[in-house]
Amino acid sequence: MTVTARETVLGRIRDALTLARPAEVTAPRAYRTGRTLPDDERLALFVDRLVDYKAQVRTCTADRAPAVIADALHEHGARRAGAPTDLDPAWLAAYDGEVQWDSPDIPARRLGELDGVVTASAAGCAETGTIFLNGGPGQGRRALSLVPDLHVCIVDLSSVVPGVPEAVARLIPERPTTLISGPSATSDIELERVEGVHGPRNLVVVIRTDS
Amino acid sequence: MSSTFLGMPAVPPRSPYGTGNLRGERTFPAAAHDELRNEQLRGNLRKATHTIRGKRLAVTGELPDWERLRDAGSAIKTDTMNRLPELLEQLEGKVTEHGGTVHWARDGAEANEIVARLVEETGSDEVIKVKSMATQEIGLNEHLATRGITAYETDLAELIVQLADDKPSHILVPAIHRNRREVRDIFRAAIPGVDPGLDSVPAHLAAAARAYLREKFMTVPVAVSGANFGIAETGTLSVVESEGNGRMCLTMPDTLITVMGIEKVLPRYRDLEVFLQLLPRSSTGERMNPYTSLWTGVTPGDGPQAFHLVLLDNGRTAALADRIGREALNCIRCSACLNVCPVYERAGGHAYGSTYPGPIGAVLTPQLAGMHAAKNDPNSSLPFASSLCGACFDACPVKIDIPSLLVELRHQHTEQAGTTAEKLAMKAAAAVMKRPRLFTAAQKAAGPGGRLVAGRDRKISRLPAPFDGWTDSRDVPAPPRRTFRDWLASGEGEATLRAAAEEGARTADHPHEEEIR
Repeated sequence: MTVTARETVLGRIRDALTLARPAEVTAPRAYRTGRTLPDDERLALFVDRLVDYKAQVRTCTADRAPAVIADALHEHGARRAGAPTDLDPAWLAAYDGEVQWDSPDIPARRLGELDGVVTASAAGCAETGTIFLNGGPGQGRRALSLVPDLHVCIVDLSSVVPGVPEAVARLIPERPTTLISGPSATSDIELERVEGVHGPRNLVVVIRTDS
Repeated sequence: MSSTFLGMPAVPPRSPYGTGNLRGERTFPAAAHDELRNEQLRGNLRKATHTIRGKRLAVTGELPDWERLRDAGSAIKTDTMNRLPELLEQLEGKVTEHGGTVHWARDGAEANEIVARLVEETGSDEVIKVKSMATQEIGLNEHLATRGITAYETDLAELIVQLADDKPSHILVPAIHRNRREVRDIFRAAIPGVDPGLDSVPAHLAAAARAYLREKFMTVPVAVSGANFGIAETGTLSVVESEGNGRMCLTMPDTLITVMGIEKVLPRYRDLEVFLQLLPRSSTGERMNPYTSLWTGVTPGDGPQAFHLVLLDNGRTAALADRIGREALNCIRCSACLNVCPVYERAGGHAYGSTYPGPIGAVLTPQLAGMHAAKNDPNSSLPFASSLCGACFDACPVKIDIPSLLVELRHQHTEQAGTTAEKLAMKAAAAVMKRPRLFTAAQKAAGPGGRLVAGRDRKISRLPAPFDGWTDSRDVPAPPRRTFRDWLASGEGEATLRAAAEEGARTADHPHEEEIR
């Protein structure tokens, strides 16, 4: 019977741990968790961090959101915008361009023909200015929010938490999840940060303050 | 005791000699000697490392619980290594449950073979790649090339390195040794159809890379990635990146192949809350990197519908068998230790000869690939590529005590390979030092002779064998006219000692004075 690589590697690990017996450790979790912050402080922190990483931020009440979304698309010259199938159509009611509702039949590479995309989000992290997308309602498949050059992302203030531990606690592990902190960037040339490489070069975050 | 007797545990093998990229052709001092003459390189490195140091300090200083996060990160990694077999089996089970396929590779050659076979099975002769240390370590691109498969690096820095037929010199920013004008020249020469008037503005260079790679992302059906973390509890894999090339590779192709070192596993999904704070702040000096992707097996209708995870040993179990050395496996590849290292800043990454340069490379490389695989093994010089200043330990987000590991490796090197002449000299020195009278006599004898051979600058730059190894890379000060022992025995020495003792007694009455100040 031949020994598989799996058996060999697992056997080696067990041998290694026998040869040098480890001392037991329990991870101390004395860092900050379960934090809460009042709405205005969370909003101020979130906006500060988003702007610092060159995201464009619009805050508005839910009833104003359709107009703000239409403005953002218009401002970037987006004549054709993509949207996940289950995005609330009311959000695009004020937009006078063409809306392409996403469908599995559309090959991902064709998404490059869109000028922009509008999605919802799963959560936000104020301290790092991070938006979480996980394929939940109104968020669509990953390619949809990746290929077009403009991403207009709607974040409800109620889903924005103070720190990373609070945000990770809101995620669903089995879902494909993307953390977005500002538009794509690189620091590969002389460590000078350049915004806009392969992901959307423009990220507009619309924060609905009363949702 | 276990009821099944499995025999004596065997020391696991290192990464096989002559494979992959874990060994340079020359020793560190020889390679560094040439690199040090490259003023362009030194200028580029100095600028880059100093920039990122400042950014890292600013964003780590923002968090009041930074030290507690480091404690947690360190303990989680140590706990992971302690429970590696069960965690890997759990990860395998979860990935499989979610539609992925798990492969195991004893070494780099086996991993290369698995990836090549998987690519061939798709019928593609091209792959797009996310920056990955593991595939760099095993020389995957070179292996794929021998099978007629072209690998396109999609990280900007990796692309620069690949187009220039160069080698990476930094874990995070592999083209750190190149400045913008050099990058412009590389792009002008190697990107098909690039604007011949391309200038050296970083934003324009990034745009040129975007245009070139866009077509690859849209057409190449197979991607190969590494992984920053693999969660045992859920089977979730993670890639942390900035440019979106990672998202492209993880989303657009039909098939995704991820090569992950076995030490990258983490026990719980919750552990991400620690590492997603430690890694970006230590690495690029950002509060959060622009993009992090998390995926679990295959998701119908979203992303690659075939997912393969290759778990790689390649000497990691050998490192695990060393009680002290195993700490190096805790590394999360942030590269903070490179950026603060005075030796790295001057010598650059190429001098280390390994995929893993800098302080962590100097402890990780010899453990993965060994130090004595051949006569004058270049890896045996790596533990000495340090001044032991300790800056790397301070910067490490998972608190790897790199200086102590270096000292341990130096010890192991001397145990295994100390030359006979050196050993004899050390024995002679030990014998003399044990006998105070003999030691005094030896000091007296060395004084006049030593001062005679020293130059006007009171330095001896070449000692006779067997001590010549010492003066190969440093000078020895000429022996002083008066030894410390002579001084201590003198009236002046006694008076100084008495004064120090009185001072000590005074402060002992107020032991907290220092702290209050």
